[in-house]
Amino acid sequence: MNEGARERILRRLSAARPPAAPPSDFDVLAKKEWPRPARYPRLRFQMESVRAEFLETTEAAWPASVRKFLATEKLSTMLYGPGTAAAERLEAEWRLSEGGPRLVPYDRPIETGDSKRQLFDEMDAGFTTTRGGIADTGGLILWPTPQEPRLLSLVPPVHIALLDTRTIYNTFWEAMRSEGWASGMPANALLVSGPSKTADIEQTLAYGVHGPKRLIVVAVHRET
Amino acid sequence: MRAEPGPHGFRAAASSALKDPGLRANFRRAMDGLISKRAAQFPDPAEWRAMRNLGAAIRARSVANLPALLERLEASCTRRGIEVRWAETIEEANGVVLEILRSHGATHVVKGKSMVSEEMHLNEFLEEHGIESLESDLGEYIIQLDGETPSHIIMPAIHKNRQQIARLLGEKIRGARYTEDVDELTGIARRVLRKKFFEADAGISGVNFAVAETGTLCLVENEGNGRMSTHVPPVHIALMGIEKVVENLEDVPPLYSLLTRSATGQSITTYFNMISGPRGAGEKDGPFSVYLVILDNGRSRISQDPELSATLRCIRCGACMNHCPVYTRVGGHAYEATYPGPIGKILTPQTEGVGARRDLVEASSLCGACGEVCPVGIPIPELIVRLRREAAEPAPGSTVAGAGTGRSRAESFAWWLWERAHRRPALYRLLGFAATRLGRFVPGRLPVLAAWTSVRTTPRPASRSLHELAKRAGVPHE
Repeated sequence: MNEGARERILRRLSAARPPAAPPSDFDVLAKKEWPRPARYPRLRFQMESVRAEFLETTEAAWPASVRKFLATEKLSTMLYGPGTAAAERLEAEWRLSEGGPRLVPYDRPIETGDSKRQLFDEMDAGFTTTRGGIADTGGLILWPTPQEPRLLSLVPPVHIALLDTRTIYNTFWEAMRSEGWASGMPANALLVSGPSKTADIEQTLAYGVHGPKRLIVVAVHRET
Repeated sequence: MRAEPGPHGFRAAASSALKDPGLRANFRRAMDGLISKRAAQFPDPAEWRAMRNLGAAIRARSVANLPALLERLEASCTRRGIEVRWAETIEEANGVVLEILRSHGATHVVKGKSMVSEEMHLNEFLEEHGIESLESDLGEYIIQLDGETPSHIIMPAIHKNRQQIARLLGEKIRGARYTEDVDELTGIARRVLRKKFFEADAGISGVNFAVAETGTLCLVENEGNGRMSTHVPPVHIALMGIEKVVENLEDVPPLYSLLTRSATGQSITTYFNMISGPRGAGEKDGPFSVYLVILDNGRSRISQDPELSATLRCIRCGACMNHCPVYTRVGGHAYEATYPGPIGKILTPQTEGVGARRDLVEASSLCGACGEVCPVGIPIPELIVRLRREAAEPAPGSTVAGAGTGRSRAESFAWWLWERAHRRPALYRLLGFAATRLGRFVPGRLPVLAAWTSVRTTPRPASRSLHELAKRAGVPHE
């Protein structure tokens, strides 16, 4: 029956003679450009308007900034993905002193033992890196990996995202083209621009509906 | 499964909606807000025109190459481990979904927002087969609790105000107290639904764009329920209409931008989720199985007509309904169709029969607002006029569903008489004489006139026609 449906649909579509399409002119996107120093302020402005929060820090100090933020906000557990360069920096920071917020590795499939329940019930924050940002609209680019799984940026109530401010593209279109996404899309790729929100009740904005209630962008400024 | 017009028909449903001041206030407030937010997103007319031309070109390219793109999409998805199923009708699509769920022993399903699933009446179907299917988009969740259907394709619960929602949640959710605070109401839903995401055996979602080049399924959302539904359960089933395919990955950013700016006046949504396969080797979460169900349900028939195939360009932003003076006054339920508003007026008659849903093609003042704001340039008013003609008299070689079945005897007689009168001067003069001398005696309650005179004063024709007056004044005959 199912094979039949496919053949019948395709046969009907092949019989159709819809008008030829005009050429697609992407020039309007190519023209959206900002000088490099203007990109981060633009991204920050756009994302703050949808309630993302920013921690300004440096390459040397960011792990300490994250730890301090957790302590100040009384977030006692942060889930992170071991095996990345950023993860090593976090681990090193946490080795410096005892006590304070706990750093918890996301190191096994969620089906393992009690992992899924812990992920849902016990993690105050989730930490991920990002591939970059988008100046035009605001937004972070995330490619979940075996090291940094999908739910790390979704289930804990606070998402802390590390952004290298040198990796901000003009547009989403520019990012995917210059990185050649079309020749190797991961199983999951994401844009994230703020904490989860809804306007389904009387168009009144409410934050923190299903996903994270807060998005903290750890903006790392480097010497260039 | 509405093959027939709803139980009342648009006219009756609209007139009862018009008598509900609360409903009208809810829609007026929401639509005014959406109109101004959208306008703020397109401050530069040149940019708007260029973006719209690009969006229209990309979607026209999709529609022009549907069979090839769908086959390419299937091949790309299959290569990435997404299993593709095809369904010609909603019955077939429901059957396919049920079969997949049964093969995984799934009894609890969470759903992200999907208009195709509304077309399928999937929740009812699954419930009938012993599977709990829970909507997780906040608006969809609210109306599911109340046993309703969406009144807007983007904001399904927009017909309700916060007091109504507060009462509903207070009544239906155990342990929830009555509150009109939107943050608290949202918090109640979060608590209930997080548990459901955790427990679900499978997640079902729609698809905003499906990329033939890469086998990527794109989902646009703000709440995170779409990501929850597609990443947490071990099985993910995505549902799409055949028209959702686009050729290349780079076609996605402009369409995404047009969609969010037109729909809710956002430059970008909270999440843009691109899925190109199930959990891979070494990954610690994500579904083990991903399925894509491709539904026709009358769309391939629409593609047969060169003019009407533009209907399939639609990216479901809802801007046409937000700007529609008819929709704003009567709300979405009066249309008694899955897709209300202007896009519904051209889509529903083509899938359910233009004669059976003639009420919809007539429910327009042809003001043109829908066509002006459409981000992919669908000439909705022109298509409405075309469908009005098709309802009464099919164009030669017409492929429109139910073409010619909407013809009424009174209408046919009126046009017959009009044609005769304009071909025979004697008859024309006789009718003109009758209209000017006797017109005022025609009772406004006559069947066809009553629709006009029930809300307006009965027009009184002048006692002499312009023709006669001109002749008497000695205006020379050309």
